[in-house]
Amino acid sequence: MTAISANPWTSRALRTTVLVLAVALLWAFWGADAWHERDVSAVPTGAAAITPQALVQEGAYLARIGNCAVCHTTPGGEPFAGGREIDTPFGAVPSSNITPDPEHGIGQWSADDFWRAMHFGKSRDGHRLSPAFPYTSYTHVSRADSDALLAYLQSLPPSRRANEPSKLTWPFNTQAALAVWRALYFWPASNAPKESSASVPPDTQRGAYLVQGLGHCAECHGARSPLGGLRSGKEFAGAVLPGTPWHAPSLRNTAEAGATSVEDSMRLLQTGTTALQSASSQGVAQGPMAEVVLHGSQYLRENDARSIALYLQTLVPAAPAQSQASATDLAAAKADPRAAKLYEGHCAACHGKEGQGQPGAYPALAGNRAVLMARPNNAVLSVQFGGFAPATAGNPRPYGMPPFLLTLNDADVAAVLSHVRSSWGNHAAAVTELEVQQIRRLQAAH
Amino acid sequence: MHYATMKKIAGLVLWAASLAASAAAFEDSMAQRTLACTGCHGPQGKSGPDGYYPRLAGKPAGYLYNQLRNIQDGRRHYALMEGLLAPLSDAYLHEIADYFSALDIAYPPPNPAVADPKVIARGQTLARQGDAALQLPACTQCHGNALMGVQPSTPALLGLPRDYLNAQLGGWQTGQRKAQAPDCMADIARRLSDADVHAVTSWLASQTVPQPSKAAAVRPALAAVSKAIVCGSAP
Repeated sequence: MTAISANPWTSRALRTTVLVLAVALLWAFWGADAWHERDVSAVPTGAAAITPQALVQEGAYLARIGNCAVCHTTPGGEPFAGGREIDTPFGAVPSSNITPDPEHGIGQWSADDFWRAMHFGKSRDGHRLSPAFPYTSYTHVSRADSDALLAYLQSLPPSRRANEPSKLTWPFNTQAALAVWRALYFWPASNAPKESSASVPPDTQRGAYLVQGLGHCAECHGARSPLGGLRSGKEFAGAVLPGTPWHAPSLRNTAEAGATSVEDSMRLLQTGTTALQSASSQGVAQGPMAEVVLHGSQYLRENDARSIALYLQTLVPAAPAQSQASATDLAAAKADPRAAKLYEGHCAACHGKEGQGQPGAYPALAGNRAVLMARPNNAVLSVQFGGFAPATAGNPRPYGMPPFLLTLNDADVAAVLSHVRSSWGNHAAAVTELEVQQIRRLQAAH
Repeated sequence: MHYATMKKIAGLVLWAASLAASAAAFEDSMAQRTLACTGCHGPQGKSGPDGYYPRLAGKPAGYLYNQLRNIQDGRRHYALMEGLLAPLSDAYLHEIADYFSALDIAYPPPNPAVADPKVIARGQTLARQGDAALQLPACTQCHGNALMGVQPSTPALLGLPRDYLNAQLGGWQTGQRKAQAPDCMADIARRLSDADVHAVTSWLASQTVPQPSKAAAVRPALAAVSKAIVCGSAP
């Protein structure tokens, strides 16, 4: 007999206390949610200031640079009709139909309804939306831009595609779980117009607005807690994308994707590569970032691209923390004669005997940040699955790298990458066969 | 000549040859830009080392473009290709299709047929006459009398490995491979029994590719059984 059941009064009191506390906590979460929304319609719309056509045009631009269509369209499906599954660690969430169909889309939504979704993460009927729709970022979007987006979406042809329920597992599929999650990780941006800080130039402020809001850069580049919330202060610290092996590199660290110059940041966002005009710079948008550039950032207006680049510069105070290989790692990689042979046979024809690359076509591997990052994920993926830089207006006919998945086994890939990471002045840690295998399996399962 | 001198000369020649081979000069060409394709599809898109990756060279440009789009849009599935094509624009897909289509490269001789002569004969009948009872048009009806395809979007059926042909017909039967609706080839493939698939691919894969090997300019006149065929990908 245990002590608790020996005393029924204590046991009952404990249970009651826990229950009361749980209810109080849930009520508090619920209350916080409602309190956030107290002034949903109090925010003045910006719509009256411009003509309907100009509003739709502005909305089309914003939808494009926010990359709305990429998540809200299935491959080959009707644009904005939803259905593409967004991977989360708790199950897939299919995107919804945001065409103006009155039944399946958002045809009946008012500007207030749409603003509530963007700013507070709640649907028209009041239910909490899954943060797979990144309202954690969109809450920073202004009311005027929200209205423009809705005006554009309402101008699209309606689609009758019905929305599917999410595939989230219990308890993550409940509204109660979302209430708790929101209390922990979601702060609606202040509704009040921001005091423009004299110390931050207006274009840098504009860049911050685009990066933190519609650009939703932190959703991939931000580190997350085990419950999937963005960790405060780590919004641009780099992270592995949920459900994939792709590593969204840190925007705070120049050893990863931290901005090294305004020009390079602009080139990468507008053309998908920094290597066209600059022999010393080798950045290429890969994997999910290639999609972002192809469908979104290449359409940035010059001013907006520059503003973003200026803001990205402000994110790099941190000291570089490049992967530092131990002397034994480097010695082992250097001593593997097979690795040098593999490089010679499969890589040197394009990337050069000394890893010097071919300006404008093939990136140099000597000093290449994508190759040298502490997490070797993206380099492994490039070797196994190959790839093209995005075909943008600024780089319309990109060169491609063949996939080596069927030519090189995991041990070969580990050997050749370890060789690359420790040659021609490179000093990154060796890649193990196990790492390569795990990355390959995750990508194949994706 | 002294042995040592000969050895030196031979060494020099070998060194020069290896230098020439390793320093294949970089050129700004479509061949260079499409190395990601020819890595599997073989040099110049002739077909891959294991006989499974299909030939690209000389196929009608519309057909190649449709396949690139089918993979991008999820109608045809091959994970490696899906990843490679995701960041490419429509204009570039057209250019890649045009490039491989314009290549004029000799076909290798076919592998001799291994199936029973009766099976081969049935395959030939299906390919050349079809089977009215099964509402099967002849392959030649759409793919041209020479079976080397029809411009702009119907592919050749000769010069392909039997494994590849079998996999495609199987893919159409199960819905793994699709084309733009209405998907005529899916309808036809689903009317083929396993025995007929075996027969027709055995015959097709054993045929010598005619010279010239280019696709026909126009489709042959339609027979009655073929009139009902409507193809979304080759209108």
